[in-house]
Amino acid sequence: MQKIRRDQLIAKASELLENGTVSCVLGWGAGEFGYDVTPTVFKTTEDLKAGFVFNDFCGANFSKYLVAKTQKLEGKILVFLKPCDTYSFNQLLTEHRFDREKVYAVGIPCEGMADIAAVKAISGEGVSSINEDGDKIVVTTIYSDKPVIIDASKVLAERCINCKSKKHVAYDELLGDEGDVIESARFDEVARLEAMSADERFAFWQNELSKCIRCNACRDACPACTCEKCVFDNPKSGVENKAPANSFEEKMFHIIRAFHVAGRCTDCGECSRVCPQNIPLHLLNRKFIKDINEFYGEYQAGAEVGSRAPLVDYNIEDLEPGEVFDRRNENV
Amino acid sequence: MQVNEYKPLIVAFCCNWCSYAGADLAGNNRLAYPADVKIIRVPCSCRVNPMFILRAFQRGADGVIICGCHPGDCHYTSGNYFTRRRMTALFSMLDFLGIERERTRVEWVSAAEGAKFAATMNDFAEKVAALGENKRLEDLRCKK
Amino acid sequence: MQRVGVFVCWCGSNIAGTVDVQAVSEALKNEPGVVFSTDYQYMCSQAGQDMIKDAVKEHNLTGIVVCSCSPRMHEATFRKTAAAAGLNPYMVEIANIREQCSWVHKDIMTGTEKAIILGKAAVAKVNLNTPLTPGESPVTKRALVIGGGIAGIQTALDIADAGFPVDIVEKQPTIGGKMAQLDKTFPTLDCAACILTPKMVDVAQNDKIRIFSYSEVTDVSGFVGNFDVTIKKRARYVKEDICTGCGACVEKCPMKKIPNEFNLGMDNRHAVYIPFAQAVPKVATIDPNACNMLKNGKCGLCARVCTAGAIDYTQKDEIIEEKYGAIVVATGFNPISMEKFDEFAYNQSKDVITSLEFERLTNAAGPSAGKLVRPSDGKHPHTIVFVQCVGSRCEACAEKGKEYCSKICCMYTAKHAMLIRDKYPDTEVYVFYIDVRTPGKNFDEFYRRAVEEYGVKYVKGMVGKVVPEGDKLKVQASDLLSNKQLHIDADLVVLAAAIEPDKSARPLATMLTASMDTNDFFTEAHPKLRPVESPTAGVFLSGTCQGPKDIPETVSQAGAAASKVIGLLAKDKLTGNPCVAVSDELMCNGCSGCERVCPYGAISYIDKEFRMPDRTTKVRRVASVNPAVCQGCGACTVACPSGAMDLNGFKNNQIMAEVDAICK
Repeated sequence: MQKIRRDQLIAKASELLENGTVSCVLGWGAGEFGYDVTPTVFKTTEDLKAGFVFNDFCGANFSKYLVAKTQKLEGKILVFLKPCDTYSFNQLLTEHRFDREKVYAVGIPCEGMADIAAVKAISGEGVSSINEDGDKIVVTTIYSDKPVIIDASKVLAERCINCKSKKHVAYDELLGDEGDVIESARFDEVARLEAMSADERFAFWQNELSKCIRCNACRDACPACTCEKCVFDNPKSGVENKAPANSFEEKMFHIIRAFHVAGRCTDCGECSRVCPQNIPLHLLNRKFIKDINEFYGEYQAGAEVGSRAPLVDYNIEDLEPGEVFDRRNENV
Repeated sequence: MQVNEYKPLIVAFCCNWCSYAGADLAGNNRLAYPADVKIIRVPCSCRVNPMFILRAFQRGADGVIICGCHPGDCHYTSGNYFTRRRMTALFSMLDFLGIERERTRVEWVSAAEGAKFAATMNDFAEKVAALGENKRLEDLRCKK
Repeated sequence: MQRVGVFVCWCGSNIAGTVDVQAVSEALKNEPGVVFSTDYQYMCSQAGQDMIKDAVKEHNLTGIVVCSCSPRMHEATFRKTAAAAGLNPYMVEIANIREQCSWVHKDIMTGTEKAIILGKAAVAKVNLNTPLTPGESPVTKRALVIGGGIAGIQTALDIADAGFPVDIVEKQPTIGGKMAQLDKTFPTLDCAACILTPKMVDVAQNDKIRIFSYSEVTDVSGFVGNFDVTIKKRARYVKEDICTGCGACVEKCPMKKIPNEFNLGMDNRHAVYIPFAQAVPKVATIDPNACNMLKNGKCGLCARVCTAGAIDYTQKDEIIEEKYGAIVVATGFNPISMEKFDEFAYNQSKDVITSLEFERLTNAAGPSAGKLVRPSDGKHPHTIVFVQCVGSRCEACAEKGKEYCSKICCMYTAKHAMLIRDKYPDTEVYVFYIDVRTPGKNFDEFYRRAVEEYGVKYVKGMVGKVVPEGDKLKVQASDLLSNKQLHIDADLVVLAAAIEPDKSARPLATMLTASMDTNDFFTEAHPKLRPVESPTAGVFLSGTCQGPKDIPETVSQAGAAASKVIGLLAKDKLTGNPCVAVSDELMCNGCSGCERVCPYGAISYIDKEFRMPDRTTKVRRVASVNPAVCQGCGACTVACPSGAMDLNGFKNNQIMAEVDAICK
């Protein structure tokens, strides 16, 4: 259950619309299902009152939308940013992807968002409605008349359980109190995989990645994947392929995608959130983040605007590729 | 000659200024290494895109080695430092995905190190051959 | 679709010996795009090249693949051939089937198989080649020579002689270098100063040459024809243009116990000093670490006695920025430190000296005014032992010395021994050697004279130990030819210390992006054919910075470097390398990743207006590459996630095609 309420956000948005600070609002709108919340542009208070949604399913990170919206829309855009979203916001500014002047950012606190897969694991498929009731989530399904009542804290998304920061690193205005960077256990799962044998790791990823249907949702939601044209869509790149044609291509796609965002990924977790196959894609990105932290010093993409991503930087004393494995063998 | 003897396929990306010349020197000195090693010339090791490496594996390579100038000796000052970071990260990732770590390697071989070039290729080919065919990172359709 | 011609070279039997060239030619006929394929004994010969030209015309070829030796050898040749046939020279690809195939694979089947695959890769690449046109850049008609020893002096004089301005940067207060410290020169025994100092004067008087002494290069950017160099001229606290070099300040300076670098610390100099009588520029320099006035403001004697008013205690380091078209490295050498050679008692006894110290000791302008005396007690030595190869050819003791031969020691030791026996016939002279190496004009004759006419005792064997005992040096050595242990009571031991590149060379190489070998000698562009050029365009090598050399060799290399520089500066425009990065503006995100990895600052950003499909326009930040500055490393291409940045000549799809061809 979020501390900040829908009506507070609507009030803030209306105020900013009415005093002319912004000309539109990028916010969450109702989708087809209660849990299916969609980024929507609102132009008036009436629109907001009619369609603005704020609940435990508002995980979508709006930073990426600013790239296209600032180009298309006239005037300033109001955007609501959760703490994790602000890192992506800064990273995009570092990469000159949108004009900061065209955005009015309001930081909002976040208590962690729910994971629909976790909800469905309890309620079962066929969800027909989802409502909040205090700290509970009330779910009805088409298979039962009796609603299922779930503790909201039990269905937190993985990225929220392992939240790295409640601190907003960018905003024009902040609603609620400023939080702190959190010591999280987000690398534990990566470490668990690292400790496995190569065969076990291969089996793990073979199992996960073979579920991939190449819907490209991870790429389309990723705030680091803002290329004008993705190499996988570009016939000139030589690696163009829009759908997996063989056993290797999803691997190739995910490795290259993770490599392309390495050092730029803020670990916002959107890739795993949107994956319809529930592949833990964020682990690939976290692996790069963990390695970069270990090899080249702690680095949090998006923590500040203008920082130099580790893979476009170097140090004369950097370790050799082979040393990574030597080091790991020593640790075993 | 054995008919079904397993021969690994190795793609070596060599920097034009050092290891490609080192390979030439190995040739000048008639220092043998397996013919399984096929060299692709790049202007600098930093030209090697991870996509090339994965593509090689996809099409059936059993090992990929990247050879550049020794750190500090890059013809372009800093190219090999970027190579070092990129390949460190990439190879660590491949290892994370369960790909045998001996299939990938970065070596620094100067234009003067013909003997090192041949020795490196012999060693790499031997290690890759010991692993057998690359089954984890390939397009299975490519195999007959 | 390309129309590709394949030309397989036999290279006599070099390729044809282990590769079935006909089979290669035959196999490549079936590759996509190939319309003609043949083989010939020597493709690089006139007849071979004519064959290519004829085929281009006859078959309307648009691309050429030559399966031959390394592209590092003949790529340029075949590009010229293509150009002569009216083809764009960048439509040529080489499959290296000699160095990387026929020479390393003994079995003809294996060799042929690999040659075919390499040929296929080249065909796959050439199918994607596009004609490239090199850009042009202007040439700054001024050269920079770094180092003012005999190498730098000769190079500067030769360049100036051709009419181009030259600047010499020398870190010491005077030019002259090591040669100025020598006494006589082999094999003719002229006095070093007598032949060097007139050249130094020529430099000083040449209006095309500027000398930046007591200065160093601190930054280099730019590229061939257009280097921007920052020179730090250290404060010498004396106005160079006013000082007459009269030496009055030196006489009056009360700080007179400063070890004299020029005499290798064997005597002292003052805090204000002129290194030696013939110094150029002949101006005084104040040593800020020794001068009382500079350290604590107490003294000022020199300023009072200087009638010209040249002393200026407030002088600051001066930063000079200048443009050059070419840079010559002439940073020279130093003898290695004898610290680690305890067995020769260099640190224990003053009478164990290096050969360079011996030069100063026998020099009329040296600490003993040319009299051969022991540094410890000033007595005349009667038995002198020379030890060769101290730190040279040191395979087993690489951490102490050098693996290479220092080249000059055999000859200067013969010279030293001969000079001693000539002046002091009562002196016994032993030379311990591993081998005596005398390849050079009149060198062996010179060495034989030392042995035969002057009675120098050459002993093949190494000195194991030198132990100071009383006023003697007990030398224990082995005579390998008679298989005996020798014990000699020597008065003076002279060590032929190995020579190594000057310590300033390594950071300089980094600034110049010039490559070095493991010993910190600069690498030449080709060991035989381009010995005075660095692989970095516009950077040339002169003297011992490239490898051990004696004076005649240094001077000839200096002249050769000068002629290369003149050849460069004589051009008004340079044709660039068209294999540079190109940015596809439509795909560029403007993220700055490429800019951050570019070592040359070749990438900048522009706001570009794009017409959108809905007829609106959109302004986006996109990368733009300066082709005159880009050197074509390709670092940016991998930093670019969208693949907007690509490299001419090594395009993503070309390399991918090669990978595919090899892995098929």
